[in-house]
Amino acid sequence: MTLHDVYLLSPELSLAALGLVVILVDMTFRNKGLLAIVSVVGLAVPIALSLILWSDLGGEPGAQMTGIFGTLAVDKFSLFIKFLVLGVVGLVIMSSVGYVSNIRFFPGEYHGLMLFSASGMMLLAATTDLISIYIALELTSLPLAALAAFQRDSRSTEAGMKFLLLSAMSSAVLLYGMALVYGFTGTTHLDGILERLGQALDPSVPFGSYGLFIGVVMVVAGFGFKISAVPFQMWVPDVYEGAPTPVTAYLSVASKAAGFAVILRVFYVAFGEISLDWSGLFAVLSALSMTVGNLVAIAQRNIKRMLAYSTIAHAGYLLAGVAAIAARVPEGESSIGPSGVLFYLVGYAFTNLAAFFAIIAISNRTGSEMISSFAGMGRRAPLLAIVLAFAMVSLLGIPPTAGFMGKLYVFSAAMKADLAWLVVVGVVNSAVSAYYYLRVVRVMYMTDPEDEERVPVVRVPMVALYLTGLGILALGVFPGPIMNVAEKAAGVLF
Amino acid sequence: MTEGAAWAILFLPLASFLVIALVIRPFLNRYDSLSGYVTILAIGAAFVLSLMALAEVASGKGEIGWAAHSWLVIGSLDISVGILMDPLTAIMLVVVSGVSLAVQIYSQGYMKGDSGYSRYFAFMSLFTASMLGLVLSRNIIQVYVFWELVGLSSYLLIGFWHDRPSAAAAAKKAFLVTRLGDVGFMLAILYLFFNREAFLSQGLNPFEIGHINLLAQGGELAGAQIVAMGSGVATWVALGIFAGAVGKSAQFPLHVWLPDAMEGPTPVSALIHAATMVVAGVFLVARFFPLFEASTTAMGVVAAIGAFTAFFAATMGLVMFDIKRVLAYSTVSQLGYMMLALGVGAYEAAIFHLFNHAFFKALLFLGSGSVNHATGTFDMRYMGGLRRHMPWTYITFLIAALSICGLFPLAGFWSKDEILVAAWNFGGGLGQVVFWLALVTAFMTAFYIFRALFMTFHGEFQGGVEAEHGGHNGGGHGVHLAESPMVMVLPMAVLAVLSIVSGFMANPLNSAWGLGVIPAHWFVDFLDHVELVSLHAAKFNLVMAALGTAVALAGIGLAYLMYYRRSVDPDDIAAGMGPGYTAAVHKYYFDNLYEDVVTRGLFYRGLALATDWIDRNIVDMAGTAIAWVGRNMGRAIGKLETGQVQAYGAGISAGLVLIVVVFVIWS
Repeated sequence: MTLHDVYLLSPELSLAALGLVVILVDMTFRNKGLLAIVSVVGLAVPIALSLILWSDLGGEPGAQMTGIFGTLAVDKFSLFIKFLVLGVVGLVIMSSVGYVSNIRFFPGEYHGLMLFSASGMMLLAATTDLISIYIALELTSLPLAALAAFQRDSRSTEAGMKFLLLSAMSSAVLLYGMALVYGFTGTTHLDGILERLGQALDPSVPFGSYGLFIGVVMVVAGFGFKISAVPFQMWVPDVYEGAPTPVTAYLSVASKAAGFAVILRVFYVAFGEISLDWSGLFAVLSALSMTVGNLVAIAQRNIKRMLAYSTIAHAGYLLAGVAAIAARVPEGESSIGPSGVLFYLVGYAFTNLAAFFAIIAISNRTGSEMISSFAGMGRRAPLLAIVLAFAMVSLLGIPPTAGFMGKLYVFSAAMKADLAWLVVVGVVNSAVSAYYYLRVVRVMYMTDPEDEERVPVVRVPMVALYLTGLGILALGVFPGPIMNVAEKAAGVLF
Repeated sequence: MTEGAAWAILFLPLASFLVIALVIRPFLNRYDSLSGYVTILAIGAAFVLSLMALAEVASGKGEIGWAAHSWLVIGSLDISVGILMDPLTAIMLVVVSGVSLAVQIYSQGYMKGDSGYSRYFAFMSLFTASMLGLVLSRNIIQVYVFWELVGLSSYLLIGFWHDRPSAAAAAKKAFLVTRLGDVGFMLAILYLFFNREAFLSQGLNPFEIGHINLLAQGGELAGAQIVAMGSGVATWVALGIFAGAVGKSAQFPLHVWLPDAMEGPTPVSALIHAATMVVAGVFLVARFFPLFEASTTAMGVVAAIGAFTAFFAATMGLVMFDIKRVLAYSTVSQLGYMMLALGVGAYEAAIFHLFNHAFFKALLFLGSGSVNHATGTFDMRYMGGLRRHMPWTYITFLIAALSICGLFPLAGFWSKDEILVAAWNFGGGLGQVVFWLALVTAFMTAFYIFRALFMTFHGEFQGGVEAEHGGHNGGGHGVHLAESPMVMVLPMAVLAVLSIVSGFMANPLNSAWGLGVIPAHWFVDFLDHVELVSLHAAKFNLVMAALGTAVALAGIGLAYLMYYRRSVDPDDIAAGMGPGYTAAVHKYYFDNLYEDVVTRGLFYRGLALATDWIDRNIVDMAGTAIAWVGRNMGRAIGKLETGQVQAYGAGISAGLVLIVVVFVIWS
């Protein structure tokens, strides 16, 4: 490992180091309020290092710096995901200030694990080798399992256990798939796979070869678990419901972003040759995820469970953007499939975090996560309620919100890729989702509360809430700047 | 001038709106006079910047080329925002911010003590910002956004005294009627969108105003030859845009909202319903003038509608007793004048008239507000003799009246003359009709405005609001016959000066006459930057000037005989006109037609009841059925969530196998 490798890896390294520093601070100082401050302020280091790397890449489209025997790629795509993950982890830590002050054990480890997991996600977006992808995936998942079990009550422990077991199983599937791909191509490096696939493919067989076909489907299953796509989604509701709410927020946003990043990289770079085969597969998974997620969400009474099914549906919308690979076919036109997915991930991050932050603040006071317990919040907590309502509108995809713009980009990409049927399914699903998203708004504003007492606001989480709310609005009104950056990032994939 | 400064013209009044709405009104409402100062400061700054913009555009003669900013890009569809700073924009900026500034200063006096003082200035700032944004826009979608914002602020201001049922109804009416026209505008935008290939294939943007005009006429862009769109396409787009203009500029048959809009505070009428918003339609047609010129049909429609409206509205102005309604019909009529000028191809004359009209019509409205301040009524039958009590109001009103009649050498004379010349030169059957309608309108204009002047300011005082017995009571003022305060008189005086001199901007006389500061035909030449087909700089025509003056003098003379000397009894004439008079008093029954026949009969009994039945029995049933299916499917799938990890693991495996099997079978 050369010094240059260290430089390329510096954001991840500094983030992991920050995790250790936070644990040390926890052991040294009595004041636990320091932990969040150190974590959030410390994030400035990996952010600054990522910025330096970004400027080092220059303006050339598709610029890339590789290191560690070609397994690590620093390009605008990986940096985009790094910024997203860093922003999300910062906001989640800010929002958990209230939560952390209530837990008795290991507050330092809570922050440390979150930062370790974030470094895994950042790595996941930057690796270009199947082996290192697997390692990064484990680095992401193991801390998350511990975090899910953090509450030390039966529900939380159960959530952590389920997540651990099922993620181990999906890792096994993923590894098996990777082994098959290696068996067919003789390499684990993504560019190498692309090269080999160009040579020996039998056009009469799906994916050019049955061995490769099984391998790719297993890889899809492994990643499908991470992004909670149907039929690999069954763990999601139980884990989301049982895990501490800040962890759920983190899981639903950052983990999903990293999962989509690795899917985009692996499939667009390594399996670009057989895109027609897998784009159909993703289109079907997309339609299934949207439909199942939205239909089951209707029947939920617990808001965290409802948002768990909602996240499955959103995985479906995002997969529509992944499936729209054919969108890159017309020459001279900019592709909007992958850049749409990246934009959607940012918008979804703001939206879902805003929703969860408001839920954290409200359910901390009411002690209930039932949708019915949100009655009258329009009066009891006007600011929280307005942000939560706005987040619901964004999840539903109505302008002027980030959610609307994200759907617009992703669906128009699918439209261009001749996936009109998928767009129809998506739009019908959006209409269906109005039922349960707007129910939250209705309960908050049109039902009378059980007691009239105001919900107190805690300062730091409120700042995080405002930031996310503003983000939803900003992306909904001025999508241009972020979309520009997303297009630059996605340009690396072609 | 930098682009940032140009944006500031829009954002200063917007900031004033936000400051008043978010800071002053919630927290400092006790010091509500702050609102007025903030507004005046912001609009004053915008006015100064507008003057700078005009100076720069004039010195460079032509457009300042600022690039468009991308706002939303989806594939090949690029919606941009940006500033189009050409002579038309520069002139409109000065008119809007200038008149707005005068009106805001006047409002400090007129609205004094009103409980909604801050709200009033917040809305006024919002309106000014929207109107400035409208004229600055370079993209048709941007235009549409500000177009609707202007409509919204107009709605808010007409209904400013919303506890009065008549005001609330008038606001609703204005909003709905103009919306009818906006549908046409929207359709034009959609039509452009569906025909975007014609633009994209030549490297143009279907929403850029410059590109639309370019494609309408054909021409050259960056060395490439642009093939024009067919006149058929141009006709449809132009007519759609014109529909929007008809609504906003209160042209026949959508003129019905403007007289009712007089329910708003009088300064609002002066700013919005005389000088600025209602000319937005004229501005819009002028903005897309090359597009209109590409279609003879569209131009003919514009000329015909404009001429008919000018005549038709003037006849109603003859018989009204409410001074603001006389002025309202006068506005409709003058807007028709501008439209007819556009229709006969006299683009520059229309804008010139718009420019002059803004000053003298705003002044007339401010004068009526001043009169109302003293008498508490708008009904001219209860006024009279105010000349002695309100000398300043009288003199400024007289100047404005002479100007609108078109008497030499006031502003109205120059622009009216140019329009008449243009109509005469247009020729053909349509030209003839348009010209004679315009001439008769000029006569009626002189008559009704002097009728108002004599009834209000001459003769004996008739008692004001106290004599009116429970009639509606202006801004809640009683009778106190005295000149209005300085803050009201001063803006009127400024506007009076402008009503005299603004006409010299066109200066049809050559410099030998000693008006050499402004070059001959400056205004016309200034606007002549686009390559227009039919732009014929109207030359001063002595015969036409004499004819126009004679007609105006005849109108004034008749008014003098009937309402000053009273040697001719108006009632005799009214009786002589028979049913025509009655019809005009009842506004030709248009309100009844729209309300009783169209709204109640057609929409309510016909459409609404039918759709109600369909909604209840078909849509709702289908909705219920779909919801039932969705809910139960959701429950059924939800049952699979047993909570058992081994079941979930089995689910993943089963899903995997299923994908493989389905794929193999299908391929």
